[in-house]
Amino acid sequence: MPAGTLYRGREGMWSWVAHRVTGVLIFFFLLVHVLDTALVRVSPHAYDSTIQTYKTPLVNLMEYALTAAILFHALNGLRVVAVDFWSKGPKYQKQMLWSVVGVWVVLMAGAFYPILQHTLLTWFGK
Amino acid sequence: MSTDTTDLELVASSQAHTGKGLGTGNPADAFVIEPPRVRTKKTPRRTRTNFEMLAWLFMRLSGIVLVVLILGHLIIMLTLDGGVSKINFAFVAGRWASPFWQGWDLLMLWLAMLHGANGMRTVINDYAEKDSTRMWLKGLMGAATVFTVLLGTLVIFTFDPNI
Repeated sequence: MPAGTLYRGREGMWSWVAHRVTGVLIFFFLLVHVLDTALVRVSPHAYDSTIQTYKTPLVNLMEYALTAAILFHALNGLRVVAVDFWSKGPKYQKQMLWSVVGVWVVLMAGAFYPILQHTLLTWFGK
Repeated sequence: MSTDTTDLELVASSQAHTGKGLGTGNPADAFVIEPPRVRTKKTPRRTRTNFEMLAWLFMRLSGIVLVVLILGHLIIMLTLDGGVSKINFAFVAGRWASPFWQGWDLLMLWLAMLHGANGMRTVINDYAEKDSTRMWLKGLMGAATVFTVLLGTLVIFTFDPNI
């Protein structure tokens, strides 16, 4: 086998796997999210009591995880666009993946307090 | 006519995966993926539309727009002004009083659902090998998509802050 040309088991494959997994997760969340928002058409009380669930520590943490999934899918999606439309995209696909991971780590670190502030303030007060 | 081609094996390029078609002698040739556009006897003479190409293009164009719409949505809903704490009926009513945010949410709903449905279609096609399983899964997923898009659209257009 020619060395270094295998797609399998390398950055290309794992980013593809992660893109699929995050995409499927986001799709199922979206179905639920439209349903919960549709409760504004039922009554303010029905909506507010359901939204209370979104403010519990566990679901708050899941919102952070959802943000992580969406952010990876978004950044890697831009990389896929670059691979397909930029003439040097395929050549730099690995560098672009590590850039995606780097930006993702920085943004997720920055989003930690803003997203989880509700839980943190509930637990540790102001 | 004599057959002088005994030591030359003729293999169609559509059988490149057999490793015989390219004839470079490299065993790696056996792993060359068959070109998708090669026409066989089973290929319809004329495909009706460019559906798969348009779907591929739609994923990229909608994806770029969704990056802006969804990241904006997340920043506003999950991080600014106390994060998730502030979200309640009154907050939604305040946002949907503006046609701008109604339009934002409507576009986000449609693009995200179509983008997600097409992605799910690809995933189902990849893993469900049995014809009937594939059709059922795609039918179910398609029905859930149509229902969700219509419900969301109805909610945005008929929202009543004084309910």
